[in-house]
Amino acid sequence: MSAIHIVTRRSFIKSLGFASGGLIFACSIPSSTENKEQKPFNGSIFEPNIFIQLKDNGELVLLATRSEMGNGVRTSLTSVIADEMDADWEKVSVLQATGDAKFMDQNTDGSRSVRFLFEPMRKMGATARAMLVAGAAKKWGIDANKLKADNHYVINTENGDKLFYGDLVKEASEVPVPENPVLKKPTDFKYIGKGLKSIDSKGFVSGKPKYGIDIKLEGMKYAAVARCPVTFGTVKSFNKDEALKVKGVLDVVEIPRIAKPFGPLGGVAVIASNTWAALKGKEALLIEWDNGANETYSSESYDAMIEQNVLKKGKEIRNDGNIDREFKNATQTVESTYHLPHLVHAPMEVPNATGWVHDGICEVWAPVQAPQATRKEVADYLDTSLENVTINVTFLGGGFGRKSKPDFVVEAVILSKIIDAPVQVIWSREDDIKHSYYHAVSAQYMKGALDENNKVTGWLHRAAYPSITSTFAPDTGYAAGFEFGQGMTNLPYAIENIRCENVKAPAHVRIGWLRSVYNIIQGFSVNVFADELAVKAGKDPLQFRLDLIGPDRIIKNNQEDYHFDSAKLKHVLRTAAKNANYGKKLPKNHGIGIAVHYSFYSYVASIIEVSVKENNLKVHSIHSVIDCGTAINRNTITAQMEGAAMFGLSLAFYGKITAKNGAVEQSNFHDYQMLRISDAPKVNVEIVESQDKPTGVGEPGVPVIAPALINAIFNATGKRYKKLPLMDEGLV
Amino acid sequence: MATLIINEKKYKIDADPEMPLLWAIRDSVGLTGTKYGCGKGLCGSCTVLLDGKPIRSCLTPVSQAEGAVILTIEGVENENKVLQEIWADMNVAQCGYCQSGQIISALALLKENNNPTDEDIDTAMNGNICRCGTYQRIRKAIHKTAELTNTTTIK
Ligand code: FES
Ligand code: FES
Repeated sequence: MSAIHIVTRRSFIKSLGFASGGLIFACSIPSSTENKEQKPFNGSIFEPNIFIQLKDNGELVLLATRSEMGNGVRTSLTSVIADEMDADWEKVSVLQATGDAKFMDQNTDGSRSVRFLFEPMRKMGATARAMLVAGAAKKWGIDANKLKADNHYVINTENGDKLFYGDLVKEASEVPVPENPVLKKPTDFKYIGKGLKSIDSKGFVSGKPKYGIDIKLEGMKYAAVARCPVTFGTVKSFNKDEALKVKGVLDVVEIPRIAKPFGPLGGVAVIASNTWAALKGKEALLIEWDNGANETYSSESYDAMIEQNVLKKGKEIRNDGNIDREFKNATQTVESTYHLPHLVHAPMEVPNATGWVHDGICEVWAPVQAPQATRKEVADYLDTSLENVTINVTFLGGGFGRKSKPDFVVEAVILSKIIDAPVQVIWSREDDIKHSYYHAVSAQYMKGALDENNKVTGWLHRAAYPSITSTFAPDTGYAAGFEFGQGMTNLPYAIENIRCENVKAPAHVRIGWLRSVYNIIQGFSVNVFADELAVKAGKDPLQFRLDLIGPDRIIKNNQEDYHFDSAKLKHVLRTAAKNANYGKKLPKNHGIGIAVHYSFYSYVASIIEVSVKENNLKVHSIHSVIDCGTAINRNTITAQMEGAAMFGLSLAFYGKITAKNGAVEQSNFHDYQMLRISDAPKVNVEIVESQDKPTGVGEPGVPVIAPALINAIFNATGKRYKKLPLMDEGLV
Repeated sequence: MATLIINEKKYKIDADPEMPLLWAIRDSVGLTGTKYGCGKGLCGSCTVLLDGKPIRSCLTPVSQAEGAVILTIEGVENENKVLQEIWADMNVAQCGYCQSGQIISALALLKENNNPTDEDIDTAMNGNICRCGTYQRIRKAIHKTAELTNTTTIK
């Protein structure tokens, strides 16, 4: 990151969204690799991308550059600055940044917001504090060493005199910016590592926060779009007469498919004066579709195909030792195949966006996880420069990866351009379920070798799943390194002979990332298979797993600062076992299951206790432990882990998207069910104390849940379920 | 023309009598705290009180709501402020989107039953989906509100 600067240029301050006046600190953080738009600080031109403003009345406004979608990011990031600055949390407010390259990488996915911003945010806060102290020293004409900062005041330690931050704005702006401000000792943190309440918690109970769907503009029209049931199918012809008869319907227009990763699917749009008329009008449309090539996609035959193919040798993607020899020499071998279906995000707030193209510019209000990518997509469509496009990020009613794909935003922009008015596009729940970027369906085959001491000597993992890359480039049928690396090729077990293979699986729907991505798939198979091996070996699953993780060692990641530490993985597992009182005598029909997984540089273990009576599954408790480095906000982390457990149970119980003749068969919460409160067990969360760099929190809690559940059911019943969801087995 | 009484205020709106109350509240009246989640009575995001009873406004036509007393999240302040404060205090919400519906359902439950058990809560709240999975905190917040309101009443 660059040094900290003070921003004084008025027009620039305005462009940030700040009110004028006060003192504005800025610094520049070099871009992460994902963001090519951002130019690094080049010495002569200062292009800052993180900002805070201290107003004369003491109010501290922090510009949040990541999207709030239940991840608490507005709170955690700002609390880091506030802590280093010794600010009073009650005087902090948050301004949501628009999508703009000047705010560096704003993508809110990959569980990395806090990971990337922790250090820079600290330095920023420490700089501001140092300048306020220096300003006070100047005002009082005494040495800065005699002063300390505390809760929005600079205090003279000799006589107790105080100066309020707001009254120091002028003085602080006149002192030089320190190059290397002293950071606090972690033991002195006041907010970091504590359970700070969400800055939005009061808003959330009032109904006042504005989500994308709540935006209302003067003269705004509402639109609903009918899209081809088959992915990438097109409109052959349509009849709009009945739709136009619906009261409130104003117009019906066709919109094209834009054949880009985040391009709209195209279809027929109904424009109306209210949402209901738009949705009703859409249902009244008569459309003849040209279904295109994906019409042949049926889950039944496709699933059978990949389950067959995964039994045959695939492309090698990791090969340690000699697995064939080990299988020959083995005392026993275990083989298993697993099948997991497509999933969809189904955030509570459906995709929606409001676009307004006017006077050579375009304004957008939308719940987006990737405001910069959205801006680029819109600018490209309008064939204009980025400067002419503003993306206002609203609250997100959940994202889970869906809202990082801005196809729905481009729809709003297209329609606004056509009808020359602000347009809000709303997806019905049915649209959301039927036209998403789906989590990949998968088949996996595993084979393990045990020697005469029941030690695992060989491990074969073969996976077939459509790849996310198929959404971005011509589909080869093979998946990519970042997908294998989510639990398969980075398997941290101490086994000498390991082979991983990938088997071709073409995509017939748009494939995208969903909370924890391929870790769901591989975290499942690895954890269930390890349990199967333990059973075969006649060993206790917990000890067996600790042995598999093996001796303490560091495995290097290509991401320099985040190496895998096997001791941490064992520690979370042991801690979960202790919390769950593993080994206790269980009541009749009860069972306990474990799973442990490393993802997004965090270590997570979960232990689940269930009972199964007459095929009736009940989850009694979940004990989860996470090591995510320095815990910025314990409250947020705990909430994310609780939520991840529910997300994991939902997918294990009910999650299944299937296609027939190319069309997705599910449509709403009756056939794509969600976990409800009556099925929600108590989740106990422990966060490991650590002063290492913070790592991911939003996703790593998910992958362990389904396998721990399967292992618990096995423990209770002796039955091993290898396919999800469990509703198909009559268990829920 | 239809007249709706929402949070003790009268609104005259121009809406089709068949229009679901949800859209009348959101689009015609402009109170956006009540949310759309499924449109089919499956998720509870759109829950409001109609003459004191929780209903799914996505399934209730405007014609059925005319003349009735409607309470939305924006009016909860005047009904059960404690509930709202506890809810905020316990950080129940994650994304917050389902929470209007959750709070309205909880409000209705507490009106009927000032000391609900876990089972009572599960039954009353089962129509409200939270994709973020805040269920455990919802249970706690309801218990805590009951506890607090009961002790205050005794005093
Ligand atoms: S929107 Fe009414 S129940 Fe879901
Ligand atoms: S808080 Fe996000 S859906 Fe409930």
